[in-house]
Amino acid sequence: MIAEAGHYALVLALALALIQSTVPIAGARWGDVALMNLARSTALAQLLFVAVSFAALVTLHVNSDFSVVNVFENSHSMKPLIYKITGVWGNHEGSMLLWVSILALFGGLVAAFGNNLPLSLRAHVLAVQAWIASAFYLFILVTSNPFLRIAIPPIEGRDLNPVLQDIGLAVHPPMLYLGYVGFSISFSFAVAALLEGRIDAAWARWVRPWTLVAWIFLTLGIAMGSYWAYYELGWGGWWFWDPVENASLMPWLAGTALLHSAVVMEKRNALKVWTILLSILTFSLSLLGTFLVRSGVLTSVHAFATDPTRGVFILLILCLFIGGSLALYAWRASALKQGGLFAPISREGALVLNNLFLTTACATVFIGTLYPLALEVLTNDKISVGAPFFNLTFGPLFVPLMLAVPFGPLLAWKRGDLLGAAQRLTAAGIAALIAIALVYAWTFGGSTFAPLAIGLAIWVIAGALCDLAERLALFRGPFASSLQRARGLPRATWGTAFAHAGVGVALIGIVCETTWNSEYIGSMQPFEVAKIAGYDLKLDGVTQRQGPNFREMIAQFTISLDGERLSVMTPSKRNFTTRGSSTTEAALLTRGASQLYISLGETAADGALAVRIYHKPLVLLIWWGPLLMAFGGMLSLSDRRLRVGAPKPAKTSHALQAAE
Amino acid sequence: MTRKQRRLTMIGGSLAVLAVAAALVLNAMRDSIVFFSTPSMAAEKHIPAGKRFRLGGLVQPGSLVRGDNLAVSFSVADGSTKLPVAYKGILPDLFREGQGVIAEGALDTSGVFKADTVLAKHDETYMPKDVADALKKQGHWKDDYGAKPSASAAPQPTQGASK
Repeated sequence: MIAEAGHYALVLALALALIQSTVPIAGARWGDVALMNLARSTALAQLLFVAVSFAALVTLHVNSDFSVVNVFENSHSMKPLIYKITGVWGNHEGSMLLWVSILALFGGLVAAFGNNLPLSLRAHVLAVQAWIASAFYLFILVTSNPFLRIAIPPIEGRDLNPVLQDIGLAVHPPMLYLGYVGFSISFSFAVAALLEGRIDAAWARWVRPWTLVAWIFLTLGIAMGSYWAYYELGWGGWWFWDPVENASLMPWLAGTALLHSAVVMEKRNALKVWTILLSILTFSLSLLGTFLVRSGVLTSVHAFATDPTRGVFILLILCLFIGGSLALYAWRASALKQGGLFAPISREGALVLNNLFLTTACATVFIGTLYPLALEVLTNDKISVGAPFFNLTFGPLFVPLMLAVPFGPLLAWKRGDLLGAAQRLTAAGIAALIAIALVYAWTFGGSTFAPLAIGLAIWVIAGALCDLAERLALFRGPFASSLQRARGLPRATWGTAFAHAGVGVALIGIVCETTWNSEYIGSMQPFEVAKIAGYDLKLDGVTQRQGPNFREMIAQFTISLDGERLSVMTPSKRNFTTRGSSTTEAALLTRGASQLYISLGETAADGALAVRIYHKPLVLLIWWGPLLMAFGGMLSLSDRRLRVGAPKPAKTSHALQAAE
Repeated sequence: MTRKQRRLTMIGGSLAVLAVAAALVLNAMRDSIVFFSTPSMAAEKHIPAGKRFRLGGLVQPGSLVRGDNLAVSFSVADGSTKLPVAYKGILPDLFREGQGVIAEGALDTSGVFKADTVLAKHDETYMPKDVADALKKQGHWKDDYGAKPSASAAPQPTQGASK
């Protein structure tokens, strides 16, 4: 009953989406207000029905209704409740349902809060949203229906893949999808602008916060996924340049560029055509990411079992939307008016430089990810493009970008003063040089590259601080007046500083982890001691434990530093009986931003335990950086400038004065 | 600066960055791309010692020998040919005899494949795509290797171990 209700709700959502994709556009053509307003009600109703459908699937999983194929294949009655719920999107069908639910959520949000948008723009935006939604509803209903029944229901399910039975599954995919799918809004706005043939102030005001929301979620989603891979896969890597990771990095890079070009468009009314193109490209890359992950064309960490009908279907959606929107762009972009002028050395110029490097870096990732596929199709040669390729291309492109980052916020709009900005960044430059000298002296004889990279990171962080200090007139007047200025400073400015500093923080983590990571791989007998980075790790013994749906072998290590006992660590190996597979649960000990990491291998016949121990200095900075970036994004999002509706400028300026 | 000069500056700058990026990509393509090969392909092509490639095939049942201090050796076979592999480290959880495996490394002068990374990617019903394709091509594919691939719709993790 519940499965059928969920299925039916999804069909109704498709019907609503089909109405929403056509009627409002016709309404906009004929200038019919009632028809244009239909977009709003259908978007909200669509959200309702998709929510019902999603809730139905969750209920089926929670109730362990094994007469439904999807539940049978991915659940087990003994599985803890949280994994019954997260298991809903731990499989192809369910995750596609999550995808469309989030799409409907964003559509519903535009419908609910888009009252200050011009009516025809809102009608167009929601119609484009409905095109995407219709395509994906069809995809789910035709190729990946999660509500199919089994004729003879089995008693027990096949359980969820053990690697996915982790809290990471509760956070990572929804975050990532909120990011991926969030970019559909800027895509819809871009296509709507092209359809209408004009962009006004409301356009940029609207696109920026939505892009920012999607970007924040994507940033957190990627960081979360990276940390999950780090502790779950058991060999301490946090980024593998795996095609599926690249699939999420590409929209992030394009989205970051979009975020910056949208600023130019909002403030200076320039780069309109480019911003539209970036909106299209960003969501296209999100769709590409969905295709790469869902179709199973890639051999990768996340690859799903191959099913050609699905792959071909998504490929069709991909061609239709990317090809269609780019064709529309080629046809209509020239109709959009060019905006304000600016000198190459200016805030706009700096943001263009940012866009140039980000999109170029994105292009190199694109080539590295898709070249093996293209080569296999064309010549049947199988190659793998691994980390070295990306380090050699992505790295060098990021260096000039990072060098330029601190200059951007210090340059004036329209025409900037490079020398003046450089003077104001003197402190940051000195800090960077000191950092290089200190790190070089401290690690003398080691890598010469690492101190330079850390200097670059310090440059970015100190540059962000310099910008703030400059704006607060810190050290130039009484502290109280600086405090006064701090309160008056727009939150977006704080956001910029935090986000930029976050990039530097992440870079420090990356450099430290890759350069000064120490590891110990060996087999250990009970009471044997392993020494790593000054720590002594004594293997106390091995115990067995029965979990809800697995058996677990737990090893206990006592950690001491200079003879002083610090803590115990208990890495384990879990054996999941239903699937007959095992997972390695690494144990982590956090010391400041550094971590000790133990994961277990197999036990030899003589009782010796194979262990892999890492000491990862400052590794946590890799994820604190993105957290800082996302925090900066949230600060910027809370800036009242973005909350104030654009189309009523007279009223807003009035409101601002009243607030102060 | 006139409008035209500004535009030229922008376009010139963009082209310079793109040219640098293209040079970087071409350079990286030359040095850091790894080809996939099965044991019989490796024998046919006479891959020179020291050239890195990815070796894929089935772990020959009975060939796994564990030595001291986590040294392991096993053979990777694709029906007609087999190639001895030496590896030092912890094998991934999913590594099993008779199952698909991908190892990355290079041949040494005595013809042993020295692996520095071992990836095992399968459960009972799945094996690495590269391996499956290669086996199919050579007619060594048995249907039960890939039985019910659609039934295991959950992501199949690649598990790896690298030194």
